[in-house]
Amino acid sequence: MAIIEARDLTYTYPFAEKPAFKNINLRIEKGEFVLLTGPSGCGKTTICRCLNGLIPHFYGGKLEGELTVAGLKTTEHAIYEIAKHVGLVFQNPENQLFALTVEKDVAFGLENLGVPRDEIRRRVDWALKITGIYELRHRAPFELSGGQQQRVAIASVLAMQPEIIVLDEPTSSLDPLSAKNILEVIHQLNRDLGITIILVEHRLDLASRYANRVIVMRDGRIVLDGEPRRIFLQRETKLIGVGIPKVVRLYLSLREDGVNLNKVPLSPEEASQLIAEALMLDRS
Amino acid sequence: MIEVENVYFTYPNGVKALKGVSLKIADGEFVAIMGQNGAGKTTLVKHFNGLLKPTKGRVLIDGVDTRQVSVAKLSRKVGFVFQNPDHQLFSETVEDEISFALKNFRFDEKIIRERVDWALNLLDLVQYRKVSPFMLSGGERKRVALASVLAWDPKIIILDEPTLGQDSYQKERLRQFIIQMNQQGKTVIIVTHDIEFVVECEPRVILMANGRIIADGETREILTDPELINRSSLILPEITQVFTNLNDLGFPRNVIGVYEAKRLILERINGRT
Repeated sequence: MAIIEARDLTYTYPFAEKPAFKNINLRIEKGEFVLLTGPSGCGKTTICRCLNGLIPHFYGGKLEGELTVAGLKTTEHAIYEIAKHVGLVFQNPENQLFALTVEKDVAFGLENLGVPRDEIRRRVDWALKITGIYELRHRAPFELSGGQQQRVAIASVLAMQPEIIVLDEPTSSLDPLSAKNILEVIHQLNRDLGITIILVEHRLDLASRYANRVIVMRDGRIVLDGEPRRIFLQRETKLIGVGIPKVVRLYLSLREDGVNLNKVPLSPEEASQLIAEALMLDRS
Repeated sequence: MIEVENVYFTYPNGVKALKGVSLKIADGEFVAIMGQNGAGKTTLVKHFNGLLKPTKGRVLIDGVDTRQVSVAKLSRKVGFVFQNPDHQLFSETVEDEISFALKNFRFDEKIIRERVDWALNLLDLVQYRKVSPFMLSGGERKRVALASVLAWDPKIIILDEPTLGQDSYQKERLRQFIIQMNQQGKTVIIVTHDIEFVVECEPRVILMANGRIIADGETREILTDPELINRSSLILPEITQVFTNLNDLGFPRNVIGVYEAKRLILERINGRT
């Protein structure tokens, strides 16, 4: 059974003239790593807000159609119920951190759910270790760097042991090295724990290697949906506003000149390997 | 011309953000200041329009010490676009936001109207003229902040993280008009983490770490140096990573662009036949 299923989903914010998205139909299976992208204002963030029930419960507005997440119809269950299954990580970690120590921040959600003390201790330590911030547990979140704060935000969500984690541009304010490390943490959660990941990103150079599926939105609609390598081969008009990695552009550019690499590279490592292979082949 | 002479800056909480920075930026240059969070990049550029004054050392703008003039006066010459647009937006409509500074600088009505129209057009904001900036998306608000600064036509423009939250289409537009402003003789200074954006613009790159400048030179020279990249929490440009791996096959490492990469690969293939 799909872990996320949207049927003819249309949503309009209060006082808005037109819907933020229209007639979205979507099935996401358990354990998928989905990269959701598209130009500014296409409706990506709005979709994220639906997935944990912030829409319609917090934002109001008009939600039509049907959305089921982890077996719960989001219109029929409260945010706190949905939050047990879906964790949401924001663009700016400062928006979700507030406690005096990292440990307390990570424990907060569990305390709210009335989880027994020993269980909280166990889960908090687990989440801190997986995200690589166990050593920082007694520090104040606001003293940490942006990358460390984002790890705290992810650990807070992880401690709830959700089946789905939704991340809305989690690396946009981070330096490139921290961004790369955060994406590796997300990749591990997907690969080792089977957590379903919905990652909203503009920059696909660091993220597309981990995704099994890319969804491209535009003007409130899904315009492309498929494997990353297949998506990048679509006509350019369909990819307006999509940050195509340079290694993919190199692939396309070589192809114009009759040099066909074996497949579309999704990382520099893969690109150099494919180029080396093409040169070997040429030699033989 | 911007002259920074052995500048130290310590915040009131005791954090030493700049520890002896010296630097010259000539009129009409295009400069990218890069480095990890907390390296002192934003602190440095805030000295260029007098928002911050050195604890020690001095900053001269066209020969005038920033301690001798008001921020208001310096602003006419040096426009600063903040990283977070919400730190600078406050008006009820996009149009009011853009005309605010122009009114303060006492431009006359007609010029204000022309400048506002020009800026709205340039940044693709015409349809939002009467809309509140706070109804717009993060990326759009960033363009409003930029429009409001460009409108008064400062000769030095500082953009703090201009590509943050912009999609690839908006980034390309941003790149084109940065190049255009620069060609019109404006000094453009960007503070950024966005390596691929810098690769596409090829400005002079100043690399900072721990309150000091650790490197200053051409994009290619700086961004393909693995040791410098490591020290500043950056990563090598995508294409440089590819060519670093291909180094064993006799390719150069310092390749940054897609087209030169393609040319080198084609030369290798064609040269053999």
